[in-house]
Amino acid sequence: MDNNPINTRRRINLPWLFEMAWRDSRRNRSRLMLFISAIIFGIAALVAIYSFRYNLENDINAQAATLIGADLEISAGKLADASIKPLLDSLGDRRSQQRSFVSMIYFPKSKGTRLVQVRALQGGFPYYGSLETTPVQAGQNFKTGKMALVDKTLMLQFNARVNDSIKVGNVTFLIAGVLNKAPGQTGITSGIAPLVYIPLQYLEQTGLSKKGSRINFSYFYKYDRPINADKLVKGIGTRLDRAGMNYETIETRKEGTGRSFADLTRFLSLVGFIALLLGCVGVASAIHIYIREKIASIAIMRCLGVKASEAFLIYLIQIVGIGIIGSLTGAFLGTFIQHILPMVMKDFLPLTISTDISWLAIGQGVLLGIIISILFALLPLISIRNISPLNTLRISYEEINLIRDPLRWLVYSLIVLFVITFTYFQLGSWMGSLFFTIGISIAFLILAFTAWLLMKVMRLIIQSSWSYLWRQGFANLYRPNNQTIILIVSIGLSTAFICTLFFIQGILINQVNLSSGGSQSNMILFDIQTSQKKAVAELTRQQGLPVQQQVSIVTVRIEKINGKTAEQVKKDTASKISPHAFSNEYRVTFRDTLTPSEKILTGTWIGKAEPGKEIPVSVEEHFASRNHVKVGDHLVFNVQGVSVPAIIASTRQVNWNRIQTNFQVVFPTGVLEAAPQFHVLLTHVPSAQVSARFQRAIVRAFPNVSIVDLGLVLSVVNDLLDKISYIIRFMSAFSIITGIVVLIASVRISKYQRIQESVLLRTLGASRKQIFAITALEYLFLGTLSALTGIVIAATGSWLLAKYSFEIPFSINVLPAVILFFIIALLTVVIGLLNSRGVLNKPPLEILRTNV
Amino acid sequence: MENILNIKDLTKTYQSAGRTLTVLDDINFSVAAGSTNAIVGPSGSGKTTLLGLCAGLDRPTSGLVELNNINLGSLSEDQRAQVRNQYVGFIFQNFQLLPTLTALENVMVPLELRGEKNIRNRSLELLDKVGLSDRGHHYPAQLSGGEQQRVSLARAFSNAPQILFADEPTGNLDAETSEKVVKLIFDLNREAGTTLILVTHDLELAAKTQRILRIKGGRLVADQLVENA
Repeated sequence: MDNNPINTRRRINLPWLFEMAWRDSRRNRSRLMLFISAIIFGIAALVAIYSFRYNLENDINAQAATLIGADLEISAGKLADASIKPLLDSLGDRRSQQRSFVSMIYFPKSKGTRLVQVRALQGGFPYYGSLETTPVQAGQNFKTGKMALVDKTLMLQFNARVNDSIKVGNVTFLIAGVLNKAPGQTGITSGIAPLVYIPLQYLEQTGLSKKGSRINFSYFYKYDRPINADKLVKGIGTRLDRAGMNYETIETRKEGTGRSFADLTRFLSLVGFIALLLGCVGVASAIHIYIREKIASIAIMRCLGVKASEAFLIYLIQIVGIGIIGSLTGAFLGTFIQHILPMVMKDFLPLTISTDISWLAIGQGVLLGIIISILFALLPLISIRNISPLNTLRISYEEINLIRDPLRWLVYSLIVLFVITFTYFQLGSWMGSLFFTIGISIAFLILAFTAWLLMKVMRLIIQSSWSYLWRQGFANLYRPNNQTIILIVSIGLSTAFICTLFFIQGILINQVNLSSGGSQSNMILFDIQTSQKKAVAELTRQQGLPVQQQVSIVTVRIEKINGKTAEQVKKDTASKISPHAFSNEYRVTFRDTLTPSEKILTGTWIGKAEPGKEIPVSVEEHFASRNHVKVGDHLVFNVQGVSVPAIIASTRQVNWNRIQTNFQVVFPTGVLEAAPQFHVLLTHVPSAQVSARFQRAIVRAFPNVSIVDLGLVLSVVNDLLDKISYIIRFMSAFSIITGIVVLIASVRISKYQRIQESVLLRTLGASRKQIFAITALEYLFLGTLSALTGIVIAATGSWLLAKYSFEIPFSINVLPAVILFFIIALLTVVIGLLNSRGVLNKPPLEILRTNV
Repeated sequence: MENILNIKDLTKTYQSAGRTLTVLDDINFSVAAGSTNAIVGPSGSGKTTLLGLCAGLDRPTSGLVELNNINLGSLSEDQRAQVRNQYVGFIFQNFQLLPTLTALENVMVPLELRGEKNIRNRSLELLDKVGLSDRGHHYPAQLSGGEQQRVSLARAFSNAPQILFADEPTGNLDAETSEKVVKLIFDLNREAGTTLILVTHDLELAAKTQRILRIKGGRLVADQLVENA
């Protein structure tokens, strides 16, 4: 007899394992496809976003020049002085100048007024791309006379036509054309501050370029030969910095635009990732039940000599197979969806986006789908190792204690690690990804705990006196093979996600409404010259409106912080002060008292400067932390060319949410009174009609004064939030669809689980109605509880966001939550019943024959 | 004749609700190669547990199970799986065919696992021996109980086992089919020279073997040779 009979080194026969995986999947392929369909929409969302991102990067690279319109742009908040002028005049082969500022314009035909961004242009700018106008030639011709280009939304708003006129300051211009698109302009920017182009030579006549007006000066340069603009600005950067001028090249604009869209696409990828995670939980749950059904087959194989690792591999191959199919389907769908994304985001895009197939995005999506489906399927798959061949002789009902299985904990750790790492690649911050993972885990845990609690409570409260239908319906929630946890987690998470979006949108809009409600100021007049201060206030009162606040504003720069200039700070690598502190312009005021929205945090408020002493200023808390200054530190301000040394006497907390003038730096009285300044007036208008009448009166009498109507701001904010939430809702739709797919998959699995007993009930004489009622009760309870838990999570999350992130009062928009609640509950019941109709409508024997 | 199976001081206990339940208590016997044996006893006496231990499906709590001179207790589950594949054939009361494999594929699996060649023809021959050569492409659900058990028989003999374990092989069959299946088991067994150990309630079936081991309350209470078997 053979004394060394065991061939312990039997090699893994991969082709046979593949064949067995294929054979074993025979009667389950449609079910496996249903399981994996849960990840399709998550993958589709990610592939769509990735494709969009890569196409956007390519398009930014290809179209960057048209975003800036020139090889180099130099800009400043003040007119170039004599020291820098020769340099500015020496640059480029072709030059253009532009001055931009906000101002009121007046449409004489409709008597309408509107705050717009005026761009006074001279020269051939844009050198790349064009001012897209109707008629086309208007983009160039308007500079030849007293003509203007007016943004298309403004034209529509005031029902204006080409050859009508508009009044900008003191000058009336003929509308030469409708401005459809300017370099770098997006639908959103034109909604907030619509553009009006006028020729630069008429700016002086408008009377809007007086000293103290807030004008941005831009110089555009075009080189006829190819140059390295970045190398060029490196050489002149220090001089431009010293002159307080900013510069931008095609390359820096490319980076800037790329960065902002990278943030957007990263955020949207996270939204897609949530859909994928949701799907994966569904997959894990479905595979768990699948493997339980396969225990007998696995035990037979083990009996015949299949090793534990081989049995594990047979099912892993199946999962990888359907993971690949699911991922490829998702990638295909995502490639199709990316054609829709540019349409969804059109208002945010400054350029035309192509929709080429991105193989990189497809590759990433497929790889991600395979990795994540394996990771989540591993949880149930590793239990295959513990299935004993003894199950062939008697099915063991003892649950294997998987809690102690170290491999299980390894898989949990791998999943958490994967989620954190993936999120890190989206957010670029370990802290952010950790918070995201913790947040998602908490939501999962709350929902899983709710489901567990529900099962416990149901077990306790069901009374034998209840009718059979109620007992059976509710008992289905905790009996073996129930779907309570997976359904509550998946439906609840989808509900929480979409509901949070509604809540946050509601909170932000409420805040804007609150700010402009009651008798609070809802109209701000600015750019009032000192000579006009009294007359504007007088006119306001004449119109029957209150003058709620009048504030003087002086534009200053910082020259030194604790004795250090911008150049010294730049050279000192240890310095924490940002060089931007010196290049920024600050609009400051002077007064002897604090306003109700201010509170002293450190130091003492000093309202009056004493002659011969350092000037005591108060700085806002974030200004202090950003610039690393504290009470007792020294600042030197440049007030329109004059150096003013000051000491920080106090730091203040400012409530920026109140609609009033708030300042980062407040001077005491007795210092800036003689400095060039402009004034701001706050009033409250009771209605749109009064607002229009008042604006007309102001624009006629004081063309240079600009008016911010909070009613208009409110509608712009509403519009903006609508557009943003549209994109987010579009992306979160993937989570919702995934939730529905998981719901359908879970319900179908439970159908297989319950089919025997439903058939038994039918055989014992239960009517269709009774089975219908039992099923409806179970899903109604699941749907309502999941939706309710989801809404509670959303409300808690929104409260946290409102309190700690937006720092605004929390309020709940009940209506969308109630509507969502009913939709989710109804949907769960309908899907539950639709999937059970097979059992309801067919004779019991037919079902037994096909399913057993 | 040399022994193919040696059982010494075999005990199997389970923990249930904090109590120790002794299912098999100090069992000792040996089985000669090529012999036919029956294990009989009332329900719950431990016959199936004994069969599982002898076939290496489970580990004993104490004692020795030596199959083909291999101490099964010292082997890992994977090593025992290899032993089963190389030396053991199984027939179960509820047939235990893989439901997603055709009859032919079910018969082929043990041979495929051994990496043998020309397995299709050999498996078809076996199906032919059990009278199912025309049903090879059918799935178990498309076969009757008797047909499924015949496929199971073909599978059991496909790897030319040295020992065949049968757990109530006729338990789910009607009398007529049972008779046919029993005849097949004994014919194939004789032809292949395989050792047979069958667990049954059916004393008539047990009487067809050379030796009957009687179990009661987890103990071996009788070991008798059958005359004219």
